Amino acid sequence: MRLTCPLCGDRDRREFYYRGAAVALHRPAPDAGVAAWDDYVHLRDNPAGETRDLWHHEAGCGAWLVVTRHTVTHAVLEVALAQDEGAAG
Amino acid sequence: MVDLEAKKPCAGLLPVAHPGTELVEVDLGALTSIAPFAGQQDAVSVALQNAYRLGFPAPNRTTGTKDRRLIWFGRQMVLLAGPAPAAALQKNAALTDQTDAWASVSLSGNRAEDVLARLVPIDLRRAQFGTGHTARTLLGHMNASITRTGADRFLILVFRSMAVTLVHDLNQAMEAVAARR
Repeated sequence: MRLTCPLCGDRDRREFYYRGAAVALHRPAPDAGVAAWDDYVHLRDNPAGETRDLWHHEAGCGAWLVVTRHTVTHAVLEVALAQDEGAAG
Repeated sequence: MVDLEAKKPCAGLLPVAHPGTELVEVDLGALTSIAPFAGQQDAVSVALQNAYRLGFPAPNRTTGTKDRRLIWFGRQMVLLAGPAPAAALQKNAALTDQTDAWASVSLSGNRAEDVLARLVPIDLRRAQFGTGHTARTLLGHMNASITRTGADRFLILVFRSMAVTLVHDLNQAMEAVAARR
């Protein structure tokens, strides 16, 4: 498996660390209510299809990345800097 | 007062040489990481230009030469090697003294690429990785900064605590490459 880091280019999977679903970038407001926080902390989708994960380019540039991949075909569809998504919303 | 003498990270380990490759420790002078505050990269670039006549390097690139070099060191970070950091930089960037934090070695020779090909998971041949190109990647199991400083010369930095492993891994690969001549 290879990921194309937006900064470093095409790199081997061993340079990266997997964090989990990319929901961490969309933290609810402190007063969003119990349901929103329950969803944020505990509930995850398990799609047969496209999923978005957070990866850390640990042995490279140190950037957090949002990787869009397909769980059935294993295709990596997009790799973007988490920084950009954080700034957008 | 006792005058203490600084011990180099690879003291007693280097230099080593094998047919086609040579590994020596290099003294880069002061090392300072420069991490621009959010949105301040242009201001830092101007300050670097004024202080050292060097531009802020793009990802995977370096600027400058032996005595004063800026090495891209990761997302929004460069490493200044050589001079002490200019005071003007402090306004727009976080500066961290890294002088004693890294073991720096130079691997040279016409088979240096073959040695690194055994240890590094990226393509470091000249067509892909020219003089002045740099990469943060792995060397064996160590996080490293690798820069091509000449036609057959690489500058390699790893954490100082890993100096013995660095020399061991490189020496073993140098031996193995030499044995296949």
